[in-house]
Amino acid sequence: MISKLLLRNFLRGPLTEAAPAADDGALAELAAQVNQAARARLGRTLSIREVDAGSCNGCELEIHALNNVLYDLERFGLRFVASPRHADVLLVTGPVTENMREALERTWRATPDPKWVVAVGDCARNGGVFAGSAACVGGVAAVLAVDLHIPGCPPSPVALLKGLLALVESVST
Amino acid sequence: MDWTPSIVDRAAWEQAAASLQREERSLLSLWGEPGLAHLALIEADKISLLHLDCAGGAFPSVGRLHPPAIRLERAMQDLSGLQAEGAPDPRPWLRHSGPYAFLPAQGEGLHQIPVGPVHAGIIEPGHFRFTANGETVVRLEERLGYAHKGIDALMAGASIERAASLAGRVSGDSTVAYAIAFAQAVENALGAPAPARALWLRALAAELERLANHLGDIGAVCNDASFSIMHASCGLLREHVLRAANACFGHRLMMDAVVPGGLRSDLAPQGPRELEALLAFIRRRFPELVDLYDDTASLKDRTVGTGILSPALAQQYAAGGYVGRASGRHFDARRTPGYAPYGALQFEVPSVQAGDVNARVWIRIREVEQSMALIEQILAGLPSGATHSPLPSARSTTEGVALVEGFRGDIFAWVRIGAERRVERCHLRDPSWFQWPLLEAAIEGNIVADFPLCNKSFNCSYSGHDL
Repeated sequence: MISKLLLRNFLRGPLTEAAPAADDGALAELAAQVNQAARARLGRTLSIREVDAGSCNGCELEIHALNNVLYDLERFGLRFVASPRHADVLLVTGPVTENMREALERTWRATPDPKWVVAVGDCARNGGVFAGSAACVGGVAAVLAVDLHIPGCPPSPVALLKGLLALVESVST
Repeated sequence: MDWTPSIVDRAAWEQAAASLQREERSLLSLWGEPGLAHLALIEADKISLLHLDCAGGAFPSVGRLHPPAIRLERAMQDLSGLQAEGAPDPRPWLRHSGPYAFLPAQGEGLHQIPVGPVHAGIIEPGHFRFTANGETVVRLEERLGYAHKGIDALMAGASIERAASLAGRVSGDSTVAYAIAFAQAVENALGAPAPARALWLRALAAELERLANHLGDIGAVCNDASFSIMHASCGLLREHVLRAANACFGHRLMMDAVVPGGLRSDLAPQGPRELEALLAFIRRRFPELVDLYDDTASLKDRTVGTGILSPALAQQYAAGGYVGRASGRHFDARRTPGYAPYGALQFEVPSVQAGDVNARVWIRIREVEQSMALIEQILAGLPSGATHSPLPSARSTTEGVALVEGFRGDIFAWVRIGAERRVERCHLRDPSWFQWPLLEAAIEGNIVADFPLCNKSFNCSYSGHDL
């Protein structure tokens, strides 16, 4: 059973789709953040630690999709890692709930330099529909310095890819 | 829907709690606001709603007699300040302030493993405190609330439009089901049902959502047993569902597609063609993946007999969705109390007794097949006409309820609408409220390394629960 599937998948060739171009707005936002020393150290690979700081889980679903065979994030040298200690990038979603603030700060402190913070989704930008809630801090920038915002509710995998490609290009060129 | 509201005294409230204890009725939800406690129950297909005046800021604990109410009472204390008298567990739940006392587990050779709220994977935040003897889990205690966004408070005083957009973001994976539940509750309160075409298209969106989640999670459960080809193959199917959803409703997760009064917009003209192609694609690929799951002994070795939930506990907690149906329950809100258009559609509600990870996977496989059949029927029978009708104004304060079957189980919605069509209060109860405690029971005696597998097979919502 499995050999038949594997053989057919092998003969059919990859399903992965062509990459989108990096997002121009994101490139501009990043230009100021990424210095030459960091570029030399990182080359063309970035490890990402995702932190859900109280999102509705919509952003996580689309971030997950980046790993499916059609988007295949790892071909760009980008990969998700299990620990902030292995990460270069914190990919943060959600309006940052009061209950997640400390965990987010501690995750950031556990991430070695140089590091970047990418705020994903409208909630991470300014609280989104949850802005003004007493239970939310209201956006990642209220807690950490943010290097790049990827808007959307949730951003599509293509929008996420464009933003992350801008990051990897800024870091490696 | 057949439901009755009543203002009760303490004696009637306590009688209702006792009837839950005797399992004559099932708990739908328990929630509060300053000075008022609310209890929703279901018996056969009849929903009753009890309102208890709590001028003194306290009410008789339901959790004292019926444990599934305990966490709801803890949340009530956090959100509305109401005290449950005689509550077995007075610790805070959704509000985190100060140190938290985990329940003790004592004995020779026990050690604790704290996990979260930031996990190794791309998942929602929550804390799990394991007490283990070697590899074997003796006790798991969950601590939730990390995704608490204060949705109840944001709902109070919101316009219906704003409240609908909040309802659609309680749990992103169930945005359609939540939007339908909220819309139905509003339409129920105002006595203004949505047009038939809108109801059918809502069901179409709901079945697409079910399909996407089930396909993704079947693969993800296998991935937690390190069987990645299922994950890759199911992930491809899920992506196709999301693209079809985007083509039909203009958003991959179909957020904000369902609004009170109907739908934001009609099905896109290319929708039926896209969906036919989608169904053909899944029918070509899915059966061989099911065979692969069933024929791989090393994978079944991980899922069979792992994380068993007993039918007795599933019954006591009125566990919804595949968690309940894999442990002998037959409940499905599309049937009981039921809502349009499901009465006009043919479908089966699969149920088995085994209660293990394997059983939960099989229920979801069967539900994939049912949802595909439902989508075909909806496309064939889709009525023409309007997809939205304007909501009337409320003459006086009015309330409405709804019970809607999301992919995870039944979502209960209650709304009270006041002057100028403002939402005075809204309460949305995720199916996870009654599934999270059962995960603690199901993992007992299993090895720590099987927790991800058990957890994914339940796939409870953090955000939906934390509100």
